Amino acid sequence: MNAPSPARERLRAALHSGTLMAGLAILLFWIVCALFGARLAPLDPYADDLLATLSAPSAAHWFGTDQLGRDVFSRVILGARDILVVAPLATLLGTVLGTALGLCIGYVRGVLDDAVSRVIEALQALPLIIVALMALAAVGTSNATVILVIGFVFTPLIARTVRAAVLIESELDYVAAARLRGDGPLAIMFIEILPNVLPIAIVEMTVRLGYAIFFVASLSFIGFGIQPPSADWGIAIAENYSLIGSYWWTVLFDAAATASLVVGVNLVTDGLQSVFET
Amino acid sequence: MNPGLVQFLMKRTLLSLITLGILSIVVFLGGQLLPGDVGRAVLGPLADARAVAVFNHQVGVDRPLPVQYWDWITHFVQGDMGRSFSFRAPVAPFVAEALANSLKLAALAFVLVVPLGIAGGVFAALRAGRASDRATVLLGQSLGIVPEFISSIVLILIFGVWLRWLPMSADWPEGAGPLLQLHYLILPSLPLVLVFFGYIARVARAGTIEALDADYTRTAVLKGLPMRTVMWRHVLRNALLPTITVVASLVGYLAGGLVVVETLFHYRGIGALIYAAARAKDFPMLEAGVLAVGVIYALASVLADLLSAALNPRLRAGRA
Repeated sequence: MNAPSPARERLRAALHSGTLMAGLAILLFWIVCALFGARLAPLDPYADDLLATLSAPSAAHWFGTDQLGRDVFSRVILGARDILVVAPLATLLGTVLGTALGLCIGYVRGVLDDAVSRVIEALQALPLIIVALMALAAVGTSNATVILVIGFVFTPLIARTVRAAVLIESELDYVAAARLRGDGPLAIMFIEILPNVLPIAIVEMTVRLGYAIFFVASLSFIGFGIQPPSADWGIAIAENYSLIGSYWWTVLFDAAATASLVVGVNLVTDGLQSVFET
Repeated sequence: MNPGLVQFLMKRTLLSLITLGILSIVVFLGGQLLPGDVGRAVLGPLADARAVAVFNHQVGVDRPLPVQYWDWITHFVQGDMGRSFSFRAPVAPFVAEALANSLKLAALAFVLVVPLGIAGGVFAALRAGRASDRATVLLGQSLGIVPEFISSIVLILIFGVWLRWLPMSADWPEGAGPLLQLHYLILPSLPLVLVFFGYIARVARAGTIEALDADYTRTAVLKGLPMRTVMWRHVLRNALLPTITVVASLVGYLAGGLVVVETLFHYRGIGALIYAAARAKDFPMLEAGVLAVGVIYALASVLADLLSAALNPRLRAGRA
């Protein structure tokens, strides 16, 4: 009998990981809602009904209605759409730029490495949300600027992780061999070293995705993220939390949805890490 | 103190100063360069071009960048943080008051979360590998990644709306004494407690597992010391060292959480100040608030170095 390949072993481990499967189920649920939400929602999530504002959950409106009489259930279903575009794109941007930067400073070393590492350290003295707030106040808020700003904020963090891995790889024989063969630094960085540090970059990317969702949701809540009339959960909570004393349904379901999404992504990350470690 | 330790602390302080220097440049560029035309950004797209030019000249942003930076930073270190665009008044008193308010909230959050996190971490470590360990770790991790505004909403609903135990905002009545203020601050501090619990618990857990595994613990057990003494004197003392460093690094993250929590609970702290300044495009206020957060972070990390030096004999001897 053939010994199972490592890839197949990993797949088996993944399928048997309860956390990974639970996380994937939650994540898939919200992806389906984001993709087909318009057809799944029982009512138009953007339609006002000024005769039925702030009505409590009932058979007609399962999660009640908000200040404008919009159906909360339909809005919760569609609420994942923007955050599931913005957060992954921002993470991807940060991973691509961060991996490239980490490769360069880790391989070239010297003054460039020192200078960039100092700046990265200085930026880490500030919470990401404050860096993002400052940048967004200056350049203005839209989905595109939120993606760019979070991507740039993630870049140094991912670069630091990749740099550490590149430092180790650079000492190995295959890099010396490539150098002796006369390969240029760019070829060595991107053809020789990159494939070997890619798994580290990918694990870092899934960790960052959780944080990206955290940031986009928080930024949307304070008005510097996704903008109305999106059905985004953070916006819904910002619009309605002053009514929390009497109309709990206008915020509770959005809060639960956000929590389930971040916990789902976290379960996936956690599961992936334990699968890759074993 | 021995020379090794003094040298170590001097080095760390110098590094913090360099970090702060770079940070000040980044903050300055963020506030002065990113908006492009500051006057245009503040006055809006419909403002008259002459009004924009006059505004720019008044606040001095039409001068060369290095001159502006030097002017700004030399005044800043003397306590003159510039004038607010929105309030047409010096920024420094606003920042000082906000920092004092945030300090109260942060102190309460840390008083609650540090013992809780350590207890959670030690609890998990003593059951390492069992279901209760895994559940504690996953719970901490999940709480750490739920945004503060979500946990705030849930906590407000439970303790403010349904049970009516705690006030729903931090807006205490004028002249409230310390105890009443504390009562108003409990609810706003809880979201921060939830976010940080997992971080502290994770580090405390790792430290405890390592200490339980160490030779000195085995020696202590084998020479017949009671388990209680072994735990307090040998395990916990060593387990807490890395925890201190993490708590210091959380002081930086805390400011991020404060932006959301203080805004949500109507509390006039540094987070709310930064948020309001960003909304109003009040760049002098924004720069001062952000740089103040950086200074606090640098102070906290130097303090953490001092503390771990005081607790760690290896560092004290200057060998590590």
